Amino acid sequence: MPPIAIKKASLVLRLYVAGSAPNSVRAIRNAQAICDAHFASRYELEIVDLLEHPQRAFIDGIIVTPTLIRLLPLPVQKVVGSLSDAEQLLLALAGS
Amino acid sequence: MKTLSKQAPLTKVLTGIQGFDEITNGGLPRGRTTLVMGGPGCGKTVFSLQLLVNGVNRTKEAAMFVAFEERTSQILTNAATFNWEFSEPARKKIFFFDAQIAPDTVKSGEFDLIGMLHMLKIKAKELKATCIVFDGIDVLLGLLDDPVAERREIYRIRDWLADTGLTGVITQKVGPLKRDLRYNFLQFIVDCVVVLRHQVVDGSAFRNLRVMKYRGSGFYGDEFPISLSAEGLQLSNRGPAELRYEVSEERVSSGIPRLDAMLRGGYYRGSNVLLSGAPGSAKSTLAGLFAAAACKRGERTLYVSFDEGASQIIRNLRSVAVELAPHQKSGLLKMYSTRTRGPNIVEQFAELRATVRAHRPSCLVVDPLSALATKLSHLASADAAQQFLDFLKGERITVVNTSLMDGISTDEATATGISTIADTWIHLSYLVQDGERNRALTIVKSRGTGHSNQVRELKLSDTGVTLADVFVAQGKVLMGVARWEWEQYEQAEKNRTQVATDLKRLQLRRAQAEAAARMQVVQTEMEARDAELAVLDQATGSASQLLMSDQGVLRRMRHADEESALPDGVSPTFGKRRPGRGRS
Repeated sequence: MPPIAIKKASLVLRLYVAGSAPNSVRAIRNAQAICDAHFASRYELEIVDLLEHPQRAFIDGIIVTPTLIRLLPLPVQKVVGSLSDAEQLLLALAGS
Repeated sequence: MKTLSKQAPLTKVLTGIQGFDEITNGGLPRGRTTLVMGGPGCGKTVFSLQLLVNGVNRTKEAAMFVAFEERTSQILTNAATFNWEFSEPARKKIFFFDAQIAPDTVKSGEFDLIGMLHMLKIKAKELKATCIVFDGIDVLLGLLDDPVAERREIYRIRDWLADTGLTGVITQKVGPLKRDLRYNFLQFIVDCVVVLRHQVVDGSAFRNLRVMKYRGSGFYGDEFPISLSAEGLQLSNRGPAELRYEVSEERVSSGIPRLDAMLRGGYYRGSNVLLSGAPGSAKSTLAGLFAAAACKRGERTLYVSFDEGASQIIRNLRSVAVELAPHQKSGLLKMYSTRTRGPNIVEQFAELRATVRAHRPSCLVVDPLSALATKLSHLASADAAQQFLDFLKGERITVVNTSLMDGISTDEATATGISTIADTWIHLSYLVQDGERNRALTIVKSRGTGHSNQVRELKLSDTGVTLADVFVAQGKVLMGVARWEWEQYEQAEKNRTQVATDLKRLQLRRAQAEAAARMQVVQTEMEARDAELAVLDQATGSASQLLMSDQGVLRRMRHADEESALPDGVSPTFGKRRPGRGRS
């Protein structure tokens, strides 16, 4: 278990999903599992149901679901898909 | 197919795209989905954007454009290059949705379009949109990189469209790649399929449009040439096979009174006149005369010239006393000079069409139509030419085309198909004789009107253009100086004949007088003879009377017995006469 270096989360994520669509359900599960495994409590994950908040999706420029947005650290990075490819996801979250 | 059974009877949405509404009998199926497919640069985006703009302008109903391939800003920039009525209010009626997945987006696992479709549904409700375009759907689907997933998403879009009741247009790129075949099934799930094709023939680019499928509606399945010009995408619709022109009995002057007489009154209004001839045979002059006559009648006229500037044409015509400049100044006449340029003649015709629409002429000159002929060998070009002329006919515009042609071998004319569409064909030729060259005019054909079969000499001078009879002598047509000589000769001959006739008349008179005189002599002679005869008769009568009385006297003197009738020859007095004894 890595120590908590800073209180403030260094990784801020927002995941857009579409209700209980299979890809969306999978994405939520995958995101949480990978983040828990690699970033422990140093991350923040907000899950937004696009079906309930479409206006937010317009603002964030969402096209497909599910879409994960890395808000911090900058630059903003988007990952689309059910996040089943852990390697791709980690690269995206860790890279700059 | 629950989506189909749910739908109301088929109604259509006009696209406002020139010709497309005609071949589909009214446009795209309302509330259903149309697939527009074609290779890169075929005009898929233009087609779909144009129909949205037209629709918004016509119905004031909002529409949505989902751009998978190009950014909205790019699309709007492209749209601005067309002469569309795409003002700010109209632009606001169209909601553009940027649906390009940024290149730096990481893909991890499978995604779907549920989110996007939901957002669009919300937006459509908010705007009360009636029509939506998904432009370049293949771009997004390609990212899925899984045939099963792609198919699933396409069905999702289809169901979404059926659910929202929007009229949908999906454009899809088809390329030579095997991958592109993956989307072929799209054709089967939509109600209408439009195929755009871009091909290069002999270095010239041609665009075509074909309606491949249209559920529940009749349509023309031929491939039609299209053009991308300032007006946007246009279809040259020939209104297949059926020709519905209103024909006119009205005549318009050719500009030469004598030619009008040869045509028994001039060209028919709305007809198509072909002036063919060798270089310099005064085709343009005749065309100019027609234009000038039209302007004089106060009719709007368009003079289209290829490869020759307007001012040059005006100057040339001035040399034969035809003035176009005042009409140009008054705005009645529009001179449109252009170069036969570029690869695509179809677009050139589209441009001409736009010019015609803008000026609204009732008389038109295309000088020379054959400038386009090199391109006309290609079927699509010939088609475009024919369709342009058809269009003019539909607008009841009287057209005079000139065409460079050395003889009436008709090869070239037939190849272009121009001669067949021409209602009146006048050929101008040269007659080279005795070291000079003269112009001759013949009417090759003139539909629906009697016309002279005579060859006429076309005489150009600084006072104008006239037609003159040609002289035929010893089987030769005489013109120019030869004709003048012939005229001189004829005059002399006429004089000679006159003198000879006069002489003969005199001779006859003399003979007549002589005869009369002779008759007088004879008459007089006759009278003399008559008189003589009368005298003679008189004389003879009295003599015989005298004799009779003398005999009586004699008898009495001889005391003859008057009562006794003596046999003949027997003298009663002298006894019986003996034969052989005469009186002594």
